[in-house]
Amino acid sequence: MNISEQWLREWVSPDINTEELAHQLTMAGLEVEATDPVAGSFSGVVVAEIVSAEPHPDADKLRVCQVNTGEEVVQIVCGAPNARAGLKAPLARVGAVLPGDFKIKKAKLRGVESQGMLCAEQELTLSDASDGLMELAADAPVGADLRDYLQLDDTVIEIGLTPNRADCLGVAGIAREVGLLNRLSVTPLSYDKVATTLNDSVAVSLETADRCPAYTGRVIKGVDVSKPTPLWMREKLRRSGVRSIDAVVDVTNYILLELGQPMHAYDLQKLSGDIVVRTSQAGESLELLDGQVFELTADTLLITDDSGPVGMAGIMGGQSTAVSDQTTDLFLEAAFFTPELLAGKARSYGLHTDASHRFERGVDFDLQVEAIERASQLLLDIVGGEAGPVTRHASEPDLPQRPDVSLRAARIEKMLGFDLEASEVERILGGLGLGVTATDVGCTCTVPSWRFDIAIEADLLEELARIYGYNRLPVTHIRADLVMPAKPETELSPRFLRRHLSARGYREAITYSFVEPKLQQVFDPELTPVALANPISADMAVMRTSLLPGLVSAVLRNTNRQQPRVRMFETGLRFVPTADGLKQVPTLALVATGQRFAESWAQASESADFFDLKGDLESILELTHRPEDFSFEAGERAALHPGQTGTVSQNGDNVGYIGALHPTVASDLGLNSALYVCEIDLEAVLEGGLPSFHELSKFPEVRRDLAVIVDKSVSSAEVLANVRTVAGAYLTDLRLFDVYEGKGIDPKRKSLALGLTFRDQSRTLSDSDVNESVDQVIDSLEKNYKAELRN
Amino acid sequence: MENLEPLANEAKAAIAAAQDGATLEQLRVDYLGKKGQITALLKGLGKLSAEERPKAGALINVVKQELQDLIGERKNSLESAAVEAQLAAETIDVTLPGRGQSTGGIHPVTRTIERIEDFFSAIGFESVEGPEIEDDYHNFEALNIPAHHPARAMHDTFYIDETTVLRTHTSPVQVRVMENEKPPLRIICPGRVYRCDSDLTHTPMFHQVEGLLIDEHSSFADLKGVVEEFLRVFFERELQVRFRPSYFPFTEPSAEVDIQCVNCGGEGCRVCSQTGWLEVMGCGMVHPKVFEYSNIDTEKYSGFAFGMGVERLAMLRYGVNDLRLFFDNDLRFLEQF
Repeated sequence: MNISEQWLREWVSPDINTEELAHQLTMAGLEVEATDPVAGSFSGVVVAEIVSAEPHPDADKLRVCQVNTGEEVVQIVCGAPNARAGLKAPLARVGAVLPGDFKIKKAKLRGVESQGMLCAEQELTLSDASDGLMELAADAPVGADLRDYLQLDDTVIEIGLTPNRADCLGVAGIAREVGLLNRLSVTPLSYDKVATTLNDSVAVSLETADRCPAYTGRVIKGVDVSKPTPLWMREKLRRSGVRSIDAVVDVTNYILLELGQPMHAYDLQKLSGDIVVRTSQAGESLELLDGQVFELTADTLLITDDSGPVGMAGIMGGQSTAVSDQTTDLFLEAAFFTPELLAGKARSYGLHTDASHRFERGVDFDLQVEAIERASQLLLDIVGGEAGPVTRHASEPDLPQRPDVSLRAARIEKMLGFDLEASEVERILGGLGLGVTATDVGCTCTVPSWRFDIAIEADLLEELARIYGYNRLPVTHIRADLVMPAKPETELSPRFLRRHLSARGYREAITYSFVEPKLQQVFDPELTPVALANPISADMAVMRTSLLPGLVSAVLRNTNRQQPRVRMFETGLRFVPTADGLKQVPTLALVATGQRFAESWAQASESADFFDLKGDLESILELTHRPEDFSFEAGERAALHPGQTGTVSQNGDNVGYIGALHPTVASDLGLNSALYVCEIDLEAVLEGGLPSFHELSKFPEVRRDLAVIVDKSVSSAEVLANVRTVAGAYLTDLRLFDVYEGKGIDPKRKSLALGLTFRDQSRTLSDSDVNESVDQVIDSLEKNYKAELRN
Repeated sequence: MENLEPLANEAKAAIAAAQDGATLEQLRVDYLGKKGQITALLKGLGKLSAEERPKAGALINVVKQELQDLIGERKNSLESAAVEAQLAAETIDVTLPGRGQSTGGIHPVTRTIERIEDFFSAIGFESVEGPEIEDDYHNFEALNIPAHHPARAMHDTFYIDETTVLRTHTSPVQVRVMENEKPPLRIICPGRVYRCDSDLTHTPMFHQVEGLLIDEHSSFADLKGVVEEFLRVFFERELQVRFRPSYFPFTEPSAEVDIQCVNCGGEGCRVCSQTGWLEVMGCGMVHPKVFEYSNIDTEKYSGFAFGMGVERLAMLRYGVNDLRLFFDNDLRFLEQF
């Protein structure tokens, strides 16, 4: 809501400057978003009259005007198409300074002298209009300073109102607040109601009284719409950001801004029969004032006459019955529409109007007669005519009910933390228009028709706090019993995990949860991701089922910016559609590409490979204290290298995977080097085991190394698992310390070098103890994997 | 006896000239060993008269002791020279960078959330998370935002279907906690939230931390205390904090919280749009309707809630001037945290 400070001060004028006023409004919950002068700073501009306008001898588009400044007649060369004899327009005289510190000097245009500049509105920063000279009223006093004449030393206060404060969507409402905040009384609107000299009226029936419980109308006949809107009204409208159309429309807009009541004026002669307020019927359409034609959806509230819809109730009037320059007779409408039943309607048509904005939030349901009276007075003053009776149609039970609200003094203390004297409570609530009656425990309040946001005690508390001043309320420390929270030691914190990865060289990334459908398809082609009904763009249209599309894009962003080495991780939800419905799975993903180590004198430059990433993943599994719960197996997955992909299981349940990006996918994406990726359910790695002590043996350990040759297809994990099973109870450690393929070995086979460590708790192991175990191992490997010992 | 002195001089010169431990040992054997020349002189004392013997013996012993000492000294000096030579050979350029994996880092949003969690956990707030694809009931209705409420327009909601949305705030997590746990409650809910809005100052996804306290005696004054204290510890300075009446359907009274601009100290600058103030939080006393939805006795309990945008706080804290940087994941940005 934009409001002219001068206009506000006509209602109530506290002795504070603009800045203080703005601050006061902001601190009362009417947030002032900006204060702007209604015009830029300029001087030396006067009201002038063009006496004559002749073509320039040497320029087609210029005219040479003789202009009366009030003191003298000067010659001005002007290019505006509307420069004509008799026009009154602003003249920047020689010596004038226009906005932007633009000084006006004598000049010659194409050889003809010009003593100043006739101005368009844009040149004076009054508006964006630059298509011609600003046309001043015919009665504008020639020679007057334009700033004085237009009262331009004024400020537009731009207030960002919260949806609950519809009562402040008019000057009157804001004045009420300012009056209370400054303990000043507000000058009531004072005008003489017009005499009812006609009997004419339009019959109205409210078919859907729940939605339109009140409708007030009046016939005004014999108006002269050619009469211009007076300057003061045009200026007030302009300063509120409303364009002047014609006097009739301007008056209805003026009422909207002054009182907050949206109004509409119909051309009476274009209305046929009675007005019926009803919902739309199948197949109806309506052309609105702005020329848009809508096929009406069912359940749209309409103002209709015998011919059909003439307005979309509470949103905009129709074109067919609009006031035009031919109009002589009017039917004025001021209605009340139930906010919750109108809400969302304008939006469903892609519309948002000053009227719908107000009706959806709540217009004072007791204001309609007053609005009609005020509009009539203004109209008759401006365009003349005679008025019929004001007719009000209302369904009282359907009007908003305003039950009294009780306030307990004890509750003020409890909720706001301080005592407020009863007299102060009464002053504040009374000042807001509530009727306050004292009770044993506090007071009971009636709620005025303009407040849609006061229904319970908490609402009254807010009003008290708001007017008293939030910043004057006390500040205390919370008090509570100190109770130690349960904190299972086996639950690892994601924070710890992030620090661990950070220490291993990974940077945390945060990527969008919605990704490009095509990329999503690459990583999880078998899943149909959750799609957004209203995505912000096509490349953010579906919810990720994997963290990889986002992370891989992040890698690309960096490799495309000369960052060949990237190690990143992300934690967040995957959104996985399953047979049991959508699962939102907390997930950890790692990606690594480029060199194993940052470039350094100390290390050879080598590309990272699968086992770098696997080592990092295993280090996370170690954190759980239960790494033996996890196992890796060769696997396959879309977008990954079929020979370099492993699945991760925890006690047999699949919890993740690790692999190299498929070379084709990588090159399609534009990646120049191999990218290793891994994704694992966060819950699997955040649930750890409790450390449990084992007695330390006092006896020495014995180590035996074995090199066995097995088929390449035999996985090292199988071999190690087998060794663990058969080596017996003395085996305390098992290492795979070498893997060899190549010269000296069957090309289909590989050599695995195993280091077995044996130890007993109660004695020193003898050679025969150890030999027995080692023989068992060799036998088993021979039997199960056709293993042979390597010499 | 007459050759004692030349012998001593010869031995001294040989010791001084010795260049290694083996030579020295040989000299010791040659002069002082069982068959050494000095030992031989001692053995020859028997040939002297009883009067001469003590004097001559004393002289020889002095020389013997002297030579022993000289050998010892020479040995020490040769050893320390060897150590020094080794040390000199092993000298490295200690200013060369160390070896190994470089350290990564935590995203500034996470870093900020962790700090916020720390402050609140110190006064007993538990951190709780929840689903991001949320139903209309938890995201709106249970928070007193019925369908078509004008406040819904404030949220620019992403819809999956008519009753499913991407959560527009983390308040639905609070609703879920209120449904399942009994007061007193002290929780904060950090996490991703989504709004259908994208421009210089809005990203369609961002992070919030919302907090909720419910107890038998919690008041607006307590809320002010918690919020003011948090902002001061977060920014680590004594800054002005002000509360402005505002409107949220789920709180009553509601407030926006402004802090004195951390960039200009309230003088007015680009960061605060010349106002001297920065809007950093929304808060208020929990609306009784919200309690009713979760079956919490509004007569017995009262509570307050607050919410803040994490990126906004991180921008102010670290001087980041472009919101979109948080989700570009450019290493040159991430490496700064």
